[in-house]
Amino acid sequence: MTDGWMMRNLRAVRGRAYPRVIGAVREPSWVFFEVVLPLFTVAAYAYVYQFMDAKVELIGYVVLGGAMTAFWLNVLWSMAAQFYWEKEIGNLQLYMVAPISRMSILAGMALGGMLSTTVNAASTLVIGAFIFNIAFHIVDPLMLAAIFVATMVALYGMGMMFASLYMLFGREAHHLSNLLTDPVYLASGFYFPVKYLGVFVAAGASFIPITLGLDALRQLFFTGGAADAFLSVEAELLVLVGLCALFLVLAHYSLRYMEYLGKATGRLTLRWQ
Amino acid sequence: MPLRKKSARMSQTPAVRTEALTRVFEPKKKKEGSTVRALNSVDLQIEQGELFGILGPNGAGKTTLLKILSTLLLPTSGKAYIAGLDVETQFTEVRQRINMVSGGEISGYGLLTVKENLWMFSQFYGIKSKVALQRIDDMLKDFGLSDKKDAKVRTLSTGQRQKMNVIRGFITDPDIIFLDEPTLGLDVNASRVIRDFILRWLKERPSKTVVLTTHYMVEADELCDRIAIIDNGRILACDSPERLKKVVRMNTTLSMDVSRLKDTSVFGTFPGVENFTFTEDGEKGLTKLRFVMRDESGVSDIVSAVLGQGSRIESLQKTEPTLEDVFIKMVGKGLD
Repeated sequence: MTDGWMMRNLRAVRGRAYPRVIGAVREPSWVFFEVVLPLFTVAAYAYVYQFMDAKVELIGYVVLGGAMTAFWLNVLWSMAAQFYWEKEIGNLQLYMVAPISRMSILAGMALGGMLSTTVNAASTLVIGAFIFNIAFHIVDPLMLAAIFVATMVALYGMGMMFASLYMLFGREAHHLSNLLTDPVYLASGFYFPVKYLGVFVAAGASFIPITLGLDALRQLFFTGGAADAFLSVEAELLVLVGLCALFLVLAHYSLRYMEYLGKATGRLTLRWQ
Repeated sequence: MPLRKKSARMSQTPAVRTEALTRVFEPKKKKEGSTVRALNSVDLQIEQGELFGILGPNGAGKTTLLKILSTLLLPTSGKAYIAGLDVETQFTEVRQRINMVSGGEISGYGLLTVKENLWMFSQFYGIKSKVALQRIDDMLKDFGLSDKKDAKVRTLSTGQRQKMNVIRGFITDPDIIFLDEPTLGLDVNASRVIRDFILRWLKERPSKTVVLTTHYMVEADELCDRIAIIDNGRILACDSPERLKKVVRMNTTLSMDVSRLKDTSVFGTFPGVENFTFTEDGEKGLTKLRFVMRDESGVSDIVSAVLGQGSRIESLQKTEPTLEDVFIKMVGKGLD
């Protein structure tokens, strides 16, 4: 009645993804917090660009960046900080004692988060495009899909790695998330092309997958996007695939380290000791 | 007394075996305190099919022992085996055979329904959804929670939530289940439902093993085939409740209800008194005295002392020793 290792882990992924997906449906407040609120920031930037009589693509970049903030916030608060919250409510030790890879739990969180956040981000994108009359010109939907998937896997891979590292910070976890919010909006060029920060800053920021993901999406969504690109789409896809592998491997090893540390010190999984 | 037939026990690899198991907790920083030796060279063997209790005061090492056995904590030294598998090096295999439930658990997700929560945890053990959902239905019925199946977890009472946690542990049909104070803080009815379920589960599955820690003497006495009394990280005694009680049965246990008693401090020093405890029953205005005595010769002195304080003896009886008497004799203090 029970499965082998592979099926057991796939079931675990599905099981852990379920609360993320169903939770989004059962909490109507997400419409306000995750769709409406980002639109205020988008509107602020859009009006500044309009006032400056900037080229129309910039407003499109802002709407796109505003939509993508949902993924960054999801990774910071619902992936990176998640194991810490799970420890606090006693779930972490149940995950630890289950006969599955801890990666399956994180993969389930990532998958569920990705699915529910995609709905939020798409809503922001569509509403923003409608309000600011943005025209998208998608000529290569296959590449668009490839970039989006690679960005998501790399980004959530990074979130999986952070999930273990955050455990080391304990109660400071939420400070770390706060610290990584606004600076990354700037460094990754959420509301403007990252190349204007200069090669060195853009190259450094490219370790955050959303930097290159956004840069490539700008090129694939808008006709004038290539003129503002940091790298070509193909190069960015290649780097993103590399980041996927890097972060997933790092996530695997940091999880193993975190589990070992937790078992050795008795401080990571045992909330009462 | 356990309802199960102990002949059902399997004479195979022990379900649990520890050899000189020791766990030391070092303070994070030197100034934060001193080293704590939570387990001190614990040797234990629990056979398949046993319902084994671990009884001890707070900080005795019960939870630490369970955490090591359930692969959540590494021993500092010594060895622990689950079904012959080393918990340190073969933890993946061990985890396929075990599950655990802690008292006062708030695990799961409040947004999910009871059924969804239980289903989610069953998926971590590779149980097919159809099988899991059937088991969930059956067990919810056993626990009288069928009507809460579709209720969100955050709406459950403490007792209902703990019943759900117990179901979560048993739904995977583990070979060995660790229950850490499973009825902690529950009312009499909820505790009774959980105890009855544990006994029934084990009766229907004679090769399964339950290891539980508890604060409640009556629970340990009623449920367990054998009990280990643990204090300061050491096993002080390990035997069946009956045999443990024989240790103090050689003594005389005297219970006395008295009114208007002024001073209880004198009784512990009477010749022949091995242990003395008392509780106040404010509602009835009584003081309940309990003496474990080496022999009955000192009874008249005690009676004289009570009457000498102008107190009135409401009842006086010689009683059978309880597990609490054993505990007090071993540990030197009660659990409260």
